[in-house]
Amino acid sequence: MLLLQAASPALSHPLAGTVAEYVWLLPILPLIGFVINGLLSLVASYHPGPADPDIGHGAPHAPSGAQGAHGSHGAHGDNEDVHAAPRRPAFASIVTIVGPLVLALAFVLAVAIFFAMPGDMATPFVKRFFSWMPVGTDLQIDWAFQLDQLSMVMVLIITGVGTLIHIFSLGYMRDDPGFARFFAYLNLFVAFMLVLVLGASYPVLFVGWEGVGLCSYLLIGFWYEDKANADAGLKAFIVNRIGDFGFLMAMFLVWTNLGALDFVGVQSAAAALPVGGPLVTTICLFFFLGCAGKSAQIPLYVWLPDAMAGPTPVSALIHAATMVTAGVYLIARSSFLFSMAPAASLTVAVIGAITALFAATIGLKQWDIKKVLAYSTVSQLGYMFVGVGVGAYVAGMFHLMTHAFFKALLFLGAGSVIFAMHEALHHTHSDQDAQDMRNMGGFRKYMPWTFVMMWIATLAISGIPIFAGFFSKDEILGAVFARAHDSALAEITWLGIPGTWVLYGVYLFTLVGALLTAIYMTRLMLYTFHGPNRTGEREREHLREAPWTMTAPVVVLGVLSAIGGVINLPAFLHLPEGWTGGLEHWLEPVVGESALRVTFGAPAEISHSTEYMLVGIAVVIAVAGVLFAMARLKPAALVPKAESPPERGFSRVLENKYYVDEIYDDTVVEPTVTISKNLLWKGIDAGLIDGLFVNGSAWLARGFAAIGSWLQSGQVGTYAWAIVVGVLAVLGAFTLR
Amino acid sequence: MVAEALFFSAVLFTIGVIGVLTRRNAIIIFMSVELMLNAVNLSFVALSRLYGVTGQVFVIFVMAVAAAEAAVGLAIIISIFRHHETVDLQNINLLKG
Repeated sequence: MLLLQAASPALSHPLAGTVAEYVWLLPILPLIGFVINGLLSLVASYHPGPADPDIGHGAPHAPSGAQGAHGSHGAHGDNEDVHAAPRRPAFASIVTIVGPLVLALAFVLAVAIFFAMPGDMATPFVKRFFSWMPVGTDLQIDWAFQLDQLSMVMVLIITGVGTLIHIFSLGYMRDDPGFARFFAYLNLFVAFMLVLVLGASYPVLFVGWEGVGLCSYLLIGFWYEDKANADAGLKAFIVNRIGDFGFLMAMFLVWTNLGALDFVGVQSAAAALPVGGPLVTTICLFFFLGCAGKSAQIPLYVWLPDAMAGPTPVSALIHAATMVTAGVYLIARSSFLFSMAPAASLTVAVIGAITALFAATIGLKQWDIKKVLAYSTVSQLGYMFVGVGVGAYVAGMFHLMTHAFFKALLFLGAGSVIFAMHEALHHTHSDQDAQDMRNMGGFRKYMPWTFVMMWIATLAISGIPIFAGFFSKDEILGAVFARAHDSALAEITWLGIPGTWVLYGVYLFTLVGALLTAIYMTRLMLYTFHGPNRTGEREREHLREAPWTMTAPVVVLGVLSAIGGVINLPAFLHLPEGWTGGLEHWLEPVVGESALRVTFGAPAEISHSTEYMLVGIAVVIAVAGVLFAMARLKPAALVPKAESPPERGFSRVLENKYYVDEIYDDTVVEPTVTISKNLLWKGIDAGLIDGLFVNGSAWLARGFAAIGSWLQSGQVGTYAWAIVVGVLAVLGAFTLR
Repeated sequence: MVAEALFFSAVLFTIGVIGVLTRRNAIIIFMSVELMLNAVNLSFVALSRLYGVTGQVFVIFVMAVAAAEAAVGLAIIISIFRHHETVDLQNINLLKG
């Protein structure tokens, strides 16, 4: 009902009749790619085709046993000739065109819509397609898309970064037999991701939310022949179910209490709720549980590092740039709820800050290059949650955007390195770990492009000025500091602690996290690209830069990581009007009101002198981190993985990720399995249902049948006796009555 | 007079029942059944003195049916004897479940 009210002014909406009417094409384009590539993949599995003559008997090549290590190899040949002419997977040429093309078209459409969208558009453009779930007169859920400044930003990131990663995948997955299947999944993922950000109501968003979860599962377990990969996919899926429980509960609460599920309707209904009331707080906490699952926050972050089992482009697209940021998007989208629940918002910020610091410490001691980046992603997602948690929704979205650039770049760069390692190890039939940094070193010489671009991303994520990450991270830190006084968050007590103290604690955590970020990223760079090469004499000859399909996207992302900060330059730079706060103004109509509610109507301003001091601290921290790592870490002293001594003391705890997986195993997984096995399976299912109900009723029937059968002796005399006794009994009964 | 006839009928019926229950030879059981039928006939006749002629009509029916039953029953016994070479019902338990 509310949606219809919203739809009528849409007739005169500035976007009505423009290219935005084709918004439905955005998810449909990748969906078409999914259908084509999926069909080709199915056909290819039955008809390997002339392109790969012996796809069937080539044993899968798993050189290192490392997850995702067999990325670029379809099959293992027996002689050098096979190396000289790698086989192409079936239908590779069609997939090569279709896979990235649908994404590029979607990006072009997104850009067209972006230019059609006026920056000061006050109301979202809701495009209703059909009635999806008409239940009675109350519950009317439409399949509708909502275009506003917030979803526009997400659509541009998804299609833009997505296109680059698709192009990169052309090179990375070149020789994989599942080439078509890979692109089918990747296209499907983008389609669902676009549904997620375009959905005009929570249920439609949830369709995308679950769809990307499915694609994540499929792509983590892409090389499912290796059980570890399939298990990692399962883990991601199951952990996310816990989060989805929260999302569903939140949706139920929203529906029963606010009577609407579309964003426009919920926003207008929520305005009547009391600020800080238990209802809105509960709703927000349940939503945040969903976000913690999808965006890998404590306590549900454990699936993301394991998700690195998937191919590296997947890690870049799904587990760094887009899907895992869905939680941040959800909070920004629900800012009208979160800004009314200071306690829940503060919880978001605290969890984000703890996650940011916690994951950063683990990142210090990981040797797998992708694991470092995985924990880095968890940590950076924590920063985004700190941003949206303290009501600085723009800062959170800004960091989401810059993170999409530099983290995608870092993953793609790591992918190039792994690809090069792999080719080299493949040539010499070595079974070294292709992802362990102890086996790398000195790649600067062999991969100059990747080297330079990776350094740009490292400086960006570390928060070195001028690079994109500096502006976004600084904005989050500044926002935390600014809201420590005179804000709704500072006024409440959170678990008995005054909000001001909590916010200062959050600030401290994020600051230390920033220091650690600079250290572990510099460590990654030093061990991978600097120092002597540790791959081994024979492998060294085969190390070379990746093909241009892989380097080109990396370079584009490098440029974006370097200059991406310009879209939201801070005010203290005293730049001419129109240069600063671009994203701030752009997102103002969507989240501006909510952000102001947190700060009691006045923009959260801190004096420029304080701001200069904060920026100074952040820069000093970042530079100190980089320099400290450069001074202390000695790549020359590293030895290959096979010869490395085990870590001791706290380093060992860090290397083993605080044993969180083991703790979860013992406290959650093991009891669940034991209870399920002994009580639910053996006790209730096998014992009660199978034993008592199913077999028990059979035994009962059989017992009665045995008695009846025993009575039928066939002796006529016995029957006669029975008749006489019966007659006497009846007569006796009549007589005695 | 009626009372004595009824008492005699009851004695005859009981002898018939005991014969059916205790004997194993099919012929003797058959004869006991006839005894029971005739005991009932006797009560009908005796009671017809008090309640009118209907009882006597019924006796005619019973005798007709008993005659038919004797024909069929004896034929069955003969055929059983041909098959089993005995008329001892202990050995004939084809109806055993």
